[in-house]
Amino acid sequence: MKARVNGEDRELADGSTVASVLDLLGAPASGVAVALDGEVVPRAAWHSTPVPDGAAVEVLTAVQGG
Amino acid sequence: MDDPLIIAGREFGSRLIMGTGGAANLSVLERALVESGTELTTVAMRRLDSSGGGVLDLLRSLGISVLPNTAGCRGAAEAVLTARLAREALDTDWVKLEVVADEQTLLPDPIELLDAAERLVDDGFTVLPYTNDDPVLARRLEDVGCAAVMPLGSPIGTGLGIRNPHNIELIVARASVPVILDAGIGTASDAALAMELGCSAVLLATAVTRAQDPVRMAAAMRAAVEAGRLAKSAGRIPQRFWAHASSPAPDA
Repeated sequence: MKARVNGEDRELADGSTVASVLDLLGAPASGVAVALDGEVVPRAAWHSTPVPDGAAVEVLTAVQGG
Repeated sequence: MDDPLIIAGREFGSRLIMGTGGAANLSVLERALVESGTELTTVAMRRLDSSGGGVLDLLRSLGISVLPNTAGCRGAAEAVLTARLAREALDTDWVKLEVVADEQTLLPDPIELLDAAERLVDDGFTVLPYTNDDPVLARRLEDVGCAAVMPLGSPIGTGLGIRNPHNIELIVARASVPVILDAGIGTASDAALAMELGCSAVLLATAVTRAQDPVRMAAAMRAAVEAGRLAKSAGRIPQRFWAHASSPAPDA
């Protein structure tokens, strides 16, 4: 299956969850947040939330700004 | 704490809120932040692989509270999503709400801004909106429950100072939440003027981070905000048209 992760098309294993996408990106344990198709996925639900085929996943963190 | 800044019940000893954008590197940023004395500093939310990371660890190590912004958002829906992501990532329900109309001016889009502010307040956020220097809009933002209003002095990054001081005074005169001058500060006198006009605090980034010597400019801004606050509370003399001797009349 495929998903668009931070604007890039990625091939994901079947049954991928938000948590497995974060692993794939090497995301740190804190300071990140995830939107799945425009909705925030709370940290507590990362492991239990599947990433559907064709989904858009955005993984954000804090950077210098403002 | 003597004369603290109070926003939504939280006290800050410093009336200078800093941004972190534009710094050449984290080491300069660190020294500038320390020199500024700030206790609250903004960050932006971007994709994980973006440059400019590491700022969170820096702020934590300095004991500075993080204020995420919604910079780059063009509509209310996008700003609300970004604020929610920031809350999730950073464990804070405070947000500097920024909804800009276009890239050329970076001026706030008042209609989208008010809409986003209302939705975020309803969602439990402490909302600090970056707004135009419009006394009517400032009032409307306060009415929907914003914890402060943050009018611009001039467009972001221009360093043009406070172009309409009277509007800032009008906003201050009617506000019952803190008024924080946000954007347009170029040098120390601009920051002092903001405080003399009655603002409760100043938020700036570029004026420090892109100065030739950011650390020195941070010190200047700290002193300017303190001086302006003192001058405002001291009560300035009225301006007069003709001279008024300060020495006794000459002996006859």
